[in-house]
Amino acid sequence: MTDTGPLIDDDVIAKVLEAASGRGAEFAEVFAEDRRSSSAVLDDAKVEELTSGRDRGAGIRVVVGNSTGFAHTSDLSEAGLLATAEIAAAAARGGGGALAPRELRRVDAARPNAIEVLPGDVDKARKVELLGRADAAARAAGSSISQVTARYSDGRRRILVANTDGTLATDDQVRTVFSIVSVASGDTGLQTGREAVGHTVGFELFDRYDVEELARRSAERAITKLLARPAPSGQMTVVIGSGGGGVMFHEACGHGLEADLVAKGASVFRDRIGEQVASPLVTLVDDGTMGGEWGCFAVDDEGRPAQRNTLISEGVLVDYMWDGLRARREGRPSSGNGRRQSYQHLPMVRMTNTYLLGGESTPEEIIADTADGVYIAHLGGGQVNTATGDFVFGMTEAYLIESGRITEPLREGNLIGNGPEVLLNIDAVGNDFAMGPPGTCGKDGQGVPVGDGVPTLRVHGLTIGGTAA
Amino acid sequence: MSAARDLAGVARSVAERAERGEDVDVMVSTGRSTIVRVHGGEVESFTSAESFAIGIRVISDHRQGFAAAGSIDPDVIAETLAEARDNVRFGERDDCFGLAEPDGVAAVEHDHWDDALVSMSADEKIERARALEARALAADPRVTGVRTATWSDVSGETAYATSRGLAVSERGASCSVGLQVLAHDGTEPQTGAAGDAARRSADLDDARIVDRAVERATRLFGATKPSSCRTTIVLEPRLAMTLLGIFAGMVDGESVLKGRSPFADRSGETVASPLLTLLDDPTDRRSIAASSFDGEGLACRPNPLLGGGVLGPFLQNSYTARRTATRSTASALRSARSLPGVGAQVLIVQPGTTPVDELIAGLDDGVFVTSLQGLHSGVNSVSGDFSVGADGLMIAGGSIGRPVREFTLASTIQRMLAQVLAVGDDLEWLPSGDASPTLAIGDVALSGS
Repeated sequence: MTDTGPLIDDDVIAKVLEAASGRGAEFAEVFAEDRRSSSAVLDDAKVEELTSGRDRGAGIRVVVGNSTGFAHTSDLSEAGLLATAEIAAAAARGGGGALAPRELRRVDAARPNAIEVLPGDVDKARKVELLGRADAAARAAGSSISQVTARYSDGRRRILVANTDGTLATDDQVRTVFSIVSVASGDTGLQTGREAVGHTVGFELFDRYDVEELARRSAERAITKLLARPAPSGQMTVVIGSGGGGVMFHEACGHGLEADLVAKGASVFRDRIGEQVASPLVTLVDDGTMGGEWGCFAVDDEGRPAQRNTLISEGVLVDYMWDGLRARREGRPSSGNGRRQSYQHLPMVRMTNTYLLGGESTPEEIIADTADGVYIAHLGGGQVNTATGDFVFGMTEAYLIESGRITEPLREGNLIGNGPEVLLNIDAVGNDFAMGPPGTCGKDGQGVPVGDGVPTLRVHGLTIGGTAA
Repeated sequence: MSAARDLAGVARSVAERAERGEDVDVMVSTGRSTIVRVHGGEVESFTSAESFAIGIRVISDHRQGFAAAGSIDPDVIAETLAEARDNVRFGERDDCFGLAEPDGVAAVEHDHWDDALVSMSADEKIERARALEARALAADPRVTGVRTATWSDVSGETAYATSRGLAVSERGASCSVGLQVLAHDGTEPQTGAAGDAARRSADLDDARIVDRAVERATRLFGATKPSSCRTTIVLEPRLAMTLLGIFAGMVDGESVLKGRSPFADRSGETVASPLLTLLDDPTDRRSIAASSFDGEGLACRPNPLLGGGVLGPFLQNSYTARRTATRSTASALRSARSLPGVGAQVLIVQPGTTPVDELIAGLDDGVFVTSLQGLHSGVNSVSGDFSVGADGLMIAGGSIGRPVREFTLASTIQRMLAQVLAVGDDLEWLPSGDASPTLAIGDVALSGS
């Protein structure tokens, strides 16, 4: 198979959709994917691994009433696809008359941004060379740097979605990511510092970012933490730095606004459309069209063009996020949030790039106006119980705020809060919006790339889990 | 594609394509799986899948390259081998790269295949998931719904072969059920999840899974935020294993070799409470993760990680063993899609003699922890810093009392190991294949209001 031809020919698509819906169905869909990836890892001052991956296959879904039958195969031949369609139809246990698939119409959705240099066209030696430069720069940043791990990876994912509603859509998604972890060693033990950049772009990522600069920053972060004191514990005021804390909104309310969880009663935001659920300073957007960002695409994994959706406007809950299945049951359009990890997975409601719009305060004003608290430059991963709204996330770079000034660095720790309460307790939003590092969001065992962003903001009443007495 | 394809033959035939001066190893796996999700008595989704994977490693001139693919069609295998070979050119030289040397240890054979499970009908699987949901809905008036009730089963085979003639294969089948219950007491919502995995469907105890999910969903009603304090925490088996699993990841040969383990240079020293004995034993037939061979084809064997609090030898694969002039402990971990790593396979904590009731009765104050959150962000395996979200039940005067939520627990892994105050007698085999009793751990910083 070439990298430019269709994943499945149009006449085969039509036959497969007929076979899938032939036992009776409301909806049938074929999702084909061809993914190539490459990655290189430098660890312990050596390029240890250069690996390549190739996955291609198709998942076929048949919906009858409230039931979905799903089967997938790595065999994209006509015979393989037809056999898989039969298995999916049998799994859906359809009955009654066959569905007549609508004529396929191509979905015309532009890519959010152009890809300048396809990673597959770049010599592997150039990818490896980035890692060596990063390693040297990190180690040169200080004698306490004892270990460095740098990772490069790229992926190209071509997808095709066709369904009995007449959708025929394709997308060609290219992602490139670089990350580095430096370990500093001192009298207080070992500390780590991490930097990562990832965008839906090709190798031109490295025209925009200097890996040596990223390496130095990761090393400096680790070295700073050697001097860090244990984080305080208890409830306090927290200022989150620009670009460093979008994950808080992802956890505090993003997941709770996913329509599948809402419908099952597993969200604290159920039945709250139109209500003031957050401080008036909060306008939250989920935006799959945001060119180059980690969670963007031309069409989602159900063939729906990416959209920019306002979820919360000046504190008022505007809408949930929707995939095709949930939207179909409610008789409304999908919001372009139907995503899946691979052809081996069913799509579900997922975030794309989720971010808080900027406000009017300067970051300096926000900090100066905070008597005592904690400044978090970077949050790590998080987790939420959508039914109760309780969430946690880690702080990977944090400092004490004393009398309106950022003072000493703090060791790592987790923060805990309750989504609905935290949203109401935001009392300052800065004018310095920035997107954060690339993330992978996990839900029901599926991981998808997501982006997030925030301006500097202040929130009261988060509980910090430090060890200081 | 034929499921009856001879996987061992595929692996051997690829390994035999090694050219002069090359070592090649190949892992090929195939799996069939079913996942049934039920909601409201109906089949929400029924997924049926067959999947393949192949990973090829080429070592030449002390450099290595790797490629993997999700298909074992001949054209894909040829492309994967060519990619692995091409990748060799860009790897750096390391005299320690190489295949594992056979060490004469005899493999403990396991037969993890169950014909009854592999041939179970779709209707039967749906019925299992439906029955689980119905049982959960009827269990307690406060249960308002079931977010998911899931049945899944998987069967598959893995074959490994090297260009030096080593060839091993294993097959296995297992099934699992999972349940997430939603509950409401008129004031607030709660959720509770439980699940189990087994080699045979008859070994899955639905009643116990429902009891646990419902208990977890209802025991926190009315929970409040506790005051900050230093206290003792009681971790039930699955949570105790979470902690020890993190520790096991800190004493593998790679973390130690690369200066990422706070336990480097401490082998043979006391690093934990004398009450704590921890074994990595993939030969234990009671474990659902038991296995005959590691990821480099060596026979699995028991390895002591902690004996009465004393740190055992570090876990090694053949690469880390060569680097440290030790021997492989048959701890190479890999799937067809990855290069061999190193780590524990089946963790077993030796149970103590104290019944859990007595363990709790012996505490003046403490928290019986019911869940931990944010482990992936709140634990740093390099520094050992530990800070996670939690909820639980307060222990006062030796008995379990009021529920608490929205607090954090903080310490370090090193300190928590040393502070194991009691080990329960309730060894439980977990769905992960690991086993632990209940542990009580002292001097943890609880941060609340």
